[in-house]
Amino acid sequence: MEGLIRGKVVSVNGPIVKAVGMKGVRMFDIAEVGPDRLIGEVIRLLGKIALIQVYEDNTGLKPGDEVLSEGRPLSVLLGPGLISSIYDGIQRPLVGIAEKCGSYIDKGIKLSALDTEKRWELKPLAESGAQVREGTVVGEIQESQLITHKIIVPHGISGVLTSIVEAGGYTIEDVIYTVDTAAGPYEGKMAGYWPVRSPRPVKVKKNPHIPLVTGQRIIDTFFPIARGGTAAIPGGFGTGKTMTQHALAKWCNADIIVYIGCGERGNEMTDVLTEFPNLIDERNGRPLIERTVMIANTSNMPVPAREVSIYTGVTIAEYYRDMGHSVAVMADSTSRWAEALRELSSRLGDMPAEEGFPPYLATRLAEFYERAGLVETLSGPDGDITIIGAVSPPGGDFSEPVTQHTSRFVRCFWALDKILADARHYPSISWIDSYTEYLHDIEDWWKDLDSQWLTVRNAAINILLEDNRLQQLVKLVGADALPVTQQFTLYVAEMIKNAFLQQNSFDAIDKYCSPEKQLKLLKTILTLYEKGMILVQAGLDIKDITERPLVSEMVRLKSEIPNKETERIDAYSEGLLKELESLKELLLGV
Amino acid sequence: MAFEIEYTNIGGISGPLIFVQGVRGVGLGEIVEIRDGSTLRVGQTLEVDEDKAVVQVFEGTSGLALEGMRVAFVGSALEVPVDRAMLGRVFDGLGRPIDGFPQVISELRMNVNGLPVNPWSREYPRDFIQTGISAIDGMNTLIRGQKLPIFSGSGMPHNLIAAQIARQAMILTEEEEFTVIFAAMGVKFDVARFFIDSLEESGVLTHSAIFLSLADAPSIERLITPRVALTLAEHLAFEEGMHVLVILTDMTNYCESLRELSSSRGEIPSRKGYPGYLYSDLASIYERAGRLKGYNGSITQMPMLSMPSDDISHPVPDLTGYITEGQIVLERELFNKGIYPPIAGLPSLSRLMKDGIGEGRTRGDHAQVAAQLFASYAKVKRIRSLAAIVGEEELSQLDKVYLSFGENFEEHFLAQGEHENRTIEQTLEIGWKMLSLLPQEELYRICREDIQRYYMSEENLECRI
Repeated sequence: MEGLIRGKVVSVNGPIVKAVGMKGVRMFDIAEVGPDRLIGEVIRLLGKIALIQVYEDNTGLKPGDEVLSEGRPLSVLLGPGLISSIYDGIQRPLVGIAEKCGSYIDKGIKLSALDTEKRWELKPLAESGAQVREGTVVGEIQESQLITHKIIVPHGISGVLTSIVEAGGYTIEDVIYTVDTAAGPYEGKMAGYWPVRSPRPVKVKKNPHIPLVTGQRIIDTFFPIARGGTAAIPGGFGTGKTMTQHALAKWCNADIIVYIGCGERGNEMTDVLTEFPNLIDERNGRPLIERTVMIANTSNMPVPAREVSIYTGVTIAEYYRDMGHSVAVMADSTSRWAEALRELSSRLGDMPAEEGFPPYLATRLAEFYERAGLVETLSGPDGDITIIGAVSPPGGDFSEPVTQHTSRFVRCFWALDKILADARHYPSISWIDSYTEYLHDIEDWWKDLDSQWLTVRNAAINILLEDNRLQQLVKLVGADALPVTQQFTLYVAEMIKNAFLQQNSFDAIDKYCSPEKQLKLLKTILTLYEKGMILVQAGLDIKDITERPLVSEMVRLKSEIPNKETERIDAYSEGLLKELESLKELLLGV
Repeated sequence: MAFEIEYTNIGGISGPLIFVQGVRGVGLGEIVEIRDGSTLRVGQTLEVDEDKAVVQVFEGTSGLALEGMRVAFVGSALEVPVDRAMLGRVFDGLGRPIDGFPQVISELRMNVNGLPVNPWSREYPRDFIQTGISAIDGMNTLIRGQKLPIFSGSGMPHNLIAAQIARQAMILTEEEEFTVIFAAMGVKFDVARFFIDSLEESGVLTHSAIFLSLADAPSIERLITPRVALTLAEHLAFEEGMHVLVILTDMTNYCESLRELSSSRGEIPSRKGYPGYLYSDLASIYERAGRLKGYNGSITQMPMLSMPSDDISHPVPDLTGYITEGQIVLERELFNKGIYPPIAGLPSLSRLMKDGIGEGRTRGDHAQVAAQLFASYAKVKRIRSLAAIVGEEELSQLDKVYLSFGENFEEHFLAQGEHENRTIEQTLEIGWKMLSLLPQEELYRICREDIQRYYMSEENLECRI
C-alpha cells in the first residue's frame, strides 16, 4: 500500500500489455489498465517495462493509456457469503454482473465479491483480554444450514484481544475485534483478502487415510480416492469427463464443493446452476447448492482470467479447509488452463517446450495439485482438500504433455475410455488403464465395514484382467473355441461390467450407491463366479446357469434395490446359492 | 470522424498483414481503411506499439504496394448493421450485399465480436427440435439453442443432411418465427448454390440470410464471416424473439485461414501448425449459440466441418468436439454401403439430449431405447470385427442374431429418404421393431414396464428372429 503507482501503456499485443513508469510495482501485483480500468496482473518486469496480462477484453486499448497499481497482489476476498455464489475467474460475482449489465459481461465492471450489506448472525467465541494468535477462532456464523463459518485470526497477527463485539448481526465491513499486536493495533473483520497464488499456511500436512465416498461404484470400490488426495480424469471429447465431475460434485461426501468451470462450455455451468438448487442431498436433506461455490470462466470469456481461475478456486477451498471442513475441488478442465498458459507464454515470446507448452507447465501443475492434502489447520482441527482435475487430451491421446505431467503429480488416475463411452457405458472409466495409490491408505476404513473388502475387490479386478487377456484370443478364434471355464469367466466379467460398473447417474436409485450396497453387489457376483465355476468345471453346460431367470435378474439389482434396503441383496444372494445348489443336484442326478 | 489522418509510411507487407509506421493513438482491434488508388479495403489492428501497428487486411493484400497506399484508422471495432430486413438477402463475407439490391439501412450497428455471455444469464436448452431424421431425433436429439456440428469427410453428403434439417425442422413451428442463417466460408460456388436452391424450394429463402465468402474470396475474409452471421443471429434471436438456425460451413476452411494469419504473424504453432489459441478462437464462435433468461428466441448452431482424411483426431474436429454439445459424425463405411444419411451410430452424440427428451417432451421410453440401441449396436460392431476373422459360420447363435439386428438397424432405422420426414413416434416405433429382433435378456438397459408395453406388443412380437 505504498500509494498509487502510475504508468503508461506502450504496446498492446492481445491481452499482454507493456507499460512503462511502473516504478515500485512488484511481480503479480494488480494493475488497472486504460480508461475502462481493466483488471490485469504484472507478470514480468524487464528493466523499465512491466508486462501486464489483462483479464478482460482489451479491444480499443491504446499506447499512452494510463496504468494504475496499488501495489497489491491479485487476491480473493474471503468471508461469509461465498457458499452458493458463482464467480468469474477473478472472483467477480456473475449474478451481480447480470443485474448490473444484463446478459453479457461488459468491460471493466467492478463489483464486490461478497455482499457488503448483508448482516450475518455472529456468535463470538473469545473474550477480550485473551491471548490470540494466527489461527485462533474468535467467532462463528451459520453461513448456510450445512456450513458453520469460523472467524479466524488471520496469518501474521498475534497479541492480546483488546475488544470483541457482542453476539448480533454484523456486515463483513464491520470491525468485529481488535488485537494489540507488536506492530500496533489490528482491526479484525469477518472478511479479508488473500493472494491467490500463495498457498494458505497450515500447521502440518498429514497422510490421507479416509476415503472420499462418491457413491460411484467403479471409483469407491475399484479406484478409491482419499480425502485430501488428488485425481485426474483424462478423456477425449464425449467420454464423459464433465458428467463424471458432475456426479462427483453431487454425491461425494465432502462438506464443501468448489466447482471450477475453466474454459469449458457455458451451458454446462448453467446445467449446474439450474440443477444444484433443486437436487437434495440425501444425507442431510438440504439442496446441494448450499455446499457449493462455483467459479465459471467459460471458453468464450477472457483467456488470462481462465489461467487465474483455478487459483481463485483453490484459495477459496483452502479458506474453508482452515475452518476444519472437508473440501473437494473439481477443476474442469485443467487442459484449458494449460492452454491459457501456453497462449500467454507464446505472446511473451517464451521458448516453447513440448507442443508449444511453456517449460514451466510441469512446475505449475505440481504447485496446483500440491495445494491438496489432509492437514492439521492453524485453528486446531483437521481439514482437507481433495483435487479432482479433468484433463482433455487432444485427440484422446494420453501421451500429450498435460496428461503426462498431470499423471506425475496425482495419485489417482481415472482414465476414460472412448470405446466404453461409445457403447454408452458410463461412467466410462477404464478398469484397465486406471489406477489408484490410495488403496492401502484407506484399507482400514473399508475393513471396518467388511474385513474381506480388499480380497473381494482384487478378485473382481482379476476377473476383469483375465477377461481383457481372453478378449485378445476371442478376437482371433471366437469365444466358442475357448474352454468352457474361460467362457464362464467371460460371462462373469460381462456381468461385473453391466451389473456393477455401469451406473446410471440419472436413475433415481442407481445415481448414488452406498459402500454397503457396493460391497454386497460385488460379493453376489463373485458368489456366482465361485459356485458357478465349480459347476462348470464339473461339466455343467454354461447355459444351464446363464439362462436361469434369477441369474439374468442380477443386472437389475443395482437399479431396483435402494441403498436402505440392502438386505434384499442378501435375500437375492441366498436365493442364488439355493438355485446353484439345485443345479448341482441336477448335475449329480445326470 | 470529422477528419482522419491518413498514414502512408508502410514498413512491410506479409501475407494478410501490413505494418504501418509512425502511427499515434491507435487502439487494439481498431478498424482500418486501406486505400490503394480507388479501391478500398478494410482491416483491423492486431497489435499496437507506440509508433507502429500491425493490421490484418480482410480482403487480402494482393496487389498492394509499399508506396501509394493510404491507411486510415477509423476507430472502434468492426461493426455491421443488423436488421430484420436482412432476411431474404445475400451478402458477401463481410456483410455487404451482393444480390444487386441496395445496402440495408439500419440504425443499429453491432460489434461483430459480440460480448461473452454471462453463464448466469443462460437458460439451459431443453426444447426438442424434430428434424425428422431418425438417427438424429432418436439417438442424438437436437435441442433448440444447441451447437451440434456435423463432422464429415470429402464426398460425403453433409450438405444434403444440413439442408434436410433446415427444411424439416422449420415445418413444425407454426406460432413461432423460425429463420435460417447460412454462412459459407471458403466453399465452392455450387455448394452455396445448392443451399440457396434448397431453401428456395421449401419456401424458406425469404426468411433466411445468406453470407458467402466463397473459395475464391480472400482467405482472411473468412475469419469475419461467421462473426457477421452470428451478430445478425443474436439480434434476431434476442431482440426480435426468433428461433435462428445458423449453419456454418466449412469450419475447416475457417481454421485454415486462422492458421495462415497466425503463421504470417510469426506465432509459435501448436498441433499441425494451428495456433495455440485455436480452441479459444473457436469457442468465441460456438459459444454464441444458446438461450438467454428472459428472452424467447434461441440460436441453434450447426457448424459443418470436413475431417481431413476422415481423421477425427485432427485439431479442427477435435477442438470443435471439446466445445460443441456433441457431434454428428458421418461414416465412410455406411456411405459406401449406400446408406443415407450415413450417420455413424457410435461416435455421434448429443450432450443436451438427456434433458430434452422423455415424458412430456418426446416419450417416456426414449432415453432407454436410445441407450439400448447404442449398447446393442456397439456389440454388433464387436461381433463384426470378430466375424471378419473367424468367419460368420463360426459365430454363436446369439452373435448371428446380433448381426441380423445390425443389418436391419442400418437399413431401416438409420437409412431414410432425403425427403422423408419421420415423427418422433415413428422413429421410436422403428427403434422398438429393431430391439424386438433381440432376445429379451439382452435388453438390460430397459425397464420392465417398457419391455412389457412395447417389446411384448403384438406387432413387435412378430419381429422375433
